[in-house]
Amino acid sequence: MEINFEHRQSAHCENGVISNLLNHRGIHISEPMAFGIGSGLFFVYLPFIKVNFAPGFSYRPMPGKIFRRLAKRLGIGVKHQRFSSPEKAQASLDEKLKQGIPVGLQVGVYHLTYFPDEYRFHFNAHNLVVYGKEASEYLISDPVMDYATRLTEEELQRVRFAKGALPPKGHLYYLERLPTNYDLERAIKKGIRQTCNDMLAPVPIVGVRAMKWVAANIRKWPKTIGIKKTNHYLGQLVRMQEEIGTGGGGFRFIYAAFLQEAGTLLNNPALIQRSEEMTAIGDAWRDFALDISRIYKNRKSGSDVYEKLSDQLLNLAERERELFMRLKKDV
Amino acid sequence: MKKNEVPQDEGSLAKKNVHELCYAVDENGRYTTVQSRGWEVKTLALNESLELIEERIADTKRAVMAGTLSPIAYFMELHRMDLPLLASYVGIHRWFVKRHFNPKHFRKLSEKTLRKYADVFGISVEQLTSGIC
Repeated sequence: MEINFEHRQSAHCENGVISNLLNHRGIHISEPMAFGIGSGLFFVYLPFIKVNFAPGFSYRPMPGKIFRRLAKRLGIGVKHQRFSSPEKAQASLDEKLKQGIPVGLQVGVYHLTYFPDEYRFHFNAHNLVVYGKEASEYLISDPVMDYATRLTEEELQRVRFAKGALPPKGHLYYLERLPTNYDLERAIKKGIRQTCNDMLAPVPIVGVRAMKWVAANIRKWPKTIGIKKTNHYLGQLVRMQEEIGTGGGGFRFIYAAFLQEAGTLLNNPALIQRSEEMTAIGDAWRDFALDISRIYKNRKSGSDVYEKLSDQLLNLAERERELFMRLKKDV
Repeated sequence: MKKNEVPQDEGSLAKKNVHELCYAVDENGRYTTVQSRGWEVKTLALNESLELIEERIADTKRAVMAGTLSPIAYFMELHRMDLPLLASYVGIHRWFVKRHFNPKHFRKLSEKTLRKYADVFGISVEQLTSGIC
């Protein structure tokens, strides 16, 4: 059977799944809107956790957070289920599909057959929608892909029960209850306020302060851990910032799109002004990534390169701090 | 980022005919989405990471050939795994998995245990035990 489900490509998998699932039920919330209301913009630095032999950097909150916040702020009832047995997980999925409900799944990326090899890492917080089953093949709408795809039963079981950090354990979710009316304005303001608070949080591993900490470390790394490792760490930073799913500039452009949409909707010209500033900051993040890539390209070394990168990041942190201080007062 | 500034360098995604969506501003300052074929900056960062993996695979291969590590270590690196991850996939405690890296202990493994490893790596038991080349 096949559910009449519209596949729309998005920049980020989580926002895409939310936006597509809601769209299916007649609630039209764009990807940037979902991202903004769910307070998706973030920065966190976890020097004590090693991911892919480099410290953990992330430009987004914990997987699933955006969806949960959005659901709460709009009053949407979402049913989440996890399973210990793969058989039960499959049976439950098949049952929902039979009822004509498209189902969101958390999956591991490594065994996704339609991904290019270069992108197959053990990362378990990818999201996609299953909207039907034909013979033993599931119809998949993966929001980061241009087109809808298919996976066999075994392939889907494999990605649903991937192991490692944040194991999906067959995690599935679907919309259970939709609000009769919701207050978009209130939700937007709440989302913006939380983002401001997160980014200005008085802890060293989160938000603007985390960026400053990373900037300070970039200065130190060449001396303490050597050039090779420093370059690898910086590469990791670039990948988290620019890779598939971010919409470019570490989600800054999606957020600027959200501010623009919110400004128009709430008739608040200050937000449109912030959107422009955010776009400029996104461009500066891209320049930062470009300068890091020059290290690989020219094999240029010498400590002044790293000093410059550190200054660049400090400057970014300062600009974002000022922006979020002002944004907080705008709503 | 302006609409016409969205990078269109040939990346690894484009090879599989996949594009990614970027958010950019059009001529009137309105946000819109544009498909990108990739960006050289990202390709360079990704290649750096892949080179590191290749290096680790080559190092492990040499160690297996020299008889200091068992093939399990090689296939683990080949599948971009680390010890805790492999341990959770096969369902064996990591202390034991680490023991199985030792060729001496590896040779004594039962068919059943070898099967577990082979299934995780998607190969046959013969391929796992026959040595790598």
